[in-house]
Amino acid sequence: MALLEVTDLTVSFSTPDGTLNAVRGLSFTVDEGQTLGIVGESGSGKSVSTQTIMGLTRGARVGGQALFEGHDLLTMNTHQLQAIRGAQVGMIFQDPLSSLHPYYRVGWQIIEMIRSHDKSTSKAQAKARAIELLRLVGIPQPDRRVSDFPHQFSGGMRQRAMIAMAMALNPKLLIADEPTTALDVTVQAQVLQVMKRLQQEFGTAIIMITHDLGVIADVADDVVVMYAGKAMEHADRNTIFYKHHNPYTEGLLLSLPAYGGERERLLPIAGQPPSLITLPQGCPFRPRCPYAFDKCMEEPPLVEIAGDPEHVSACWLPPDMKKREKMRQQLLDRDKAATAPAAAR
Amino acid sequence: MSINADASKSDGDVLLRVDNLVKHFPVQSTSLFSRNKDVVHAVDGVSLEVRRGETLGLVGETGCGKSTLARCIMRLHDITSGRVEFEGRDITRLSTGQMRPFRRDMQMIFQDPYGSLNPRRRVGSIIGDPFSIHGLADGKERKRRVQEVMELVGLNPEHFNRFPAEFSGGQRQRIGVARALALRPKLIVCDEPVSALDVSIQAQIINLLADLQDELGLTYIFIAHDLSVVRHVSDRVAVMYLGKVGELGEVEGVYQHARHPYTNALLSAVPVPDPATASDRHQIILVGDVPSPIAPPSGCRFHPRCPKARDTCVREEPDLVPRLGDPPTHVAACHFPVADGEDLADSKPEIGADKRIVEEGLVGNV
Repeated sequence: MALLEVTDLTVSFSTPDGTLNAVRGLSFTVDEGQTLGIVGESGSGKSVSTQTIMGLTRGARVGGQALFEGHDLLTMNTHQLQAIRGAQVGMIFQDPLSSLHPYYRVGWQIIEMIRSHDKSTSKAQAKARAIELLRLVGIPQPDRRVSDFPHQFSGGMRQRAMIAMAMALNPKLLIADEPTTALDVTVQAQVLQVMKRLQQEFGTAIIMITHDLGVIADVADDVVVMYAGKAMEHADRNTIFYKHHNPYTEGLLLSLPAYGGERERLLPIAGQPPSLITLPQGCPFRPRCPYAFDKCMEEPPLVEIAGDPEHVSACWLPPDMKKREKMRQQLLDRDKAATAPAAAR
Repeated sequence: MSINADASKSDGDVLLRVDNLVKHFPVQSTSLFSRNKDVVHAVDGVSLEVRRGETLGLVGETGCGKSTLARCIMRLHDITSGRVEFEGRDITRLSTGQMRPFRRDMQMIFQDPYGSLNPRRRVGSIIGDPFSIHGLADGKERKRRVQEVMELVGLNPEHFNRFPAEFSGGQRQRIGVARALALRPKLIVCDEPVSALDVSIQAQIINLLADLQDELGLTYIFIAHDLSVVRHVSDRVAVMYLGKVGELGEVEGVYQHARHPYTNALLSAVPVPDPATASDRHQIILVGDVPSPIAPPSGCRFHPRCPKARDTCVREEPDLVPRLGDPPTHVAACHFPVADGEDLADSKPEIGADKRIVEEGLVGNV
């Protein structure tokens, strides 16, 4: 049985402008000790989906199922959820300064975290555990740093303290929402290394939410590519990078400045992501897709690609990779014939 | 990048020269009576040249002084000491009024497309500001020229009367570009122009900047912390660490034959969007954080984190000169430069741990 099994999750919010559909039928599973990467641009619903699973989106209309060890998180009451949040599922957020309380010492916050879930732990025990945790994530002189305030920590140290706090009760699952986006590359490398080491040591499953395909390539086992509240493609890491099927995945990868190789011009995806209140008809990526054709006015379902049950993509291009390539070429030639190439910027 | 830019890129054609530029910020003393005269050494003796038509990339971690340097060049900060020359004229000590004619030739694009546009003003009036400030055009003429520049950056000129909130992040950054371009400047300082944007939009803006450079013969100083973006856009690149330039040279020279251990560490820390490379490569993980710029380390400022540090590094500050037979255009400030093919991940510093602690708690075991 999978550790976390999310089926057909929908999340919507009422806004003055109409209903905003943030997540529109998302399914994924996370196994023990595995890292699932969720990648997508701003507004793709990647953060909202995990926050909803943890009961952190107030005022949202939620549908679907999220089974954590067989229990549905979406139907739990606050009390039941509190027992799981922190203890069974740890969370790390993007901004380490606003996730730590500025008035309380870092150590106190970790101790509080431990004792609120396990009253039988004495303060002294909890403090010893806090020091051990800080040492584990590589904070120097943890016995002294434990009584520092968050502002005395640098950005990287704060994020490591957040990881220490999230790991305090040996959770089975760690949800990391853009944990390194606010950090410099050198510090990012340190933090990712700490997370990988902890995963090896304790077998924690990780959901890594990021917009950075470099981070995904580094840490993820499986990858979900999200766009406009839906999974566009879901496969293991190598398939996503080398044998992707969906034009959106392709567009994301092509728009990166080639690392190592030289390309004169970047190949951006034309246009903007759609509004989640007034979604385009059919495939949400249709208005930006270079291969869009008549069939795309219907919304494509996630289908199995090239006979690999672990690889699904929501696109009307043929699931057979050879046929897909042929059709892709035809559609590109169609564009060349129809219009003189517009100097799109 | 362009053909005509290449032709004009002779060595003598220096658009901007920065000579030993220093910018210190006084630190507010915590006690009322203390005569604490601490200063933040934000930029500490930087010399570089920007040639006409080229893009100079400026990279480094948070707090290395890259934005302060850019702001000093734009004279948005007063300069503590040193010299800035634009087209051969010294602009270091000019007053606000005296600077004004120069501002037509040097403009800036900011990182945050949300914070840098006044939400209560219409786009046409924001982009039209440079024309009214310099008294160049008003009324219909101003509108015509604003719409012209909007079209140039790929905005719909009919959106002249809209508010910034009606635009997406990428379009807002185009508004910032349009405003900078309005007076057809010679130099544009781009301070993290794409950092706040999604990758697909980021590529649109980078292409736009490249096209505009080709069309208008612009010169860019391009600040970014994303090293793959800098590699893509720059002709030359300067790597900064704690207020100093650690390495400077043609972009391929610096990326392929990085001499400074810091440049190597920075390059190896960049996540590569390619699983095969990601699992094969040997990452150099630096210990600790950047030391405080209030009391920068002695000698080479990188020595407390450097995997190759020796006693010389603690005592003597290295000069920024060509190393290991590099061409004179590629300079590095390091006593023990990294040879091609050397694996830094195996290096161990040869100085005592006590010397490595410049700031409390710097040495970690990660």
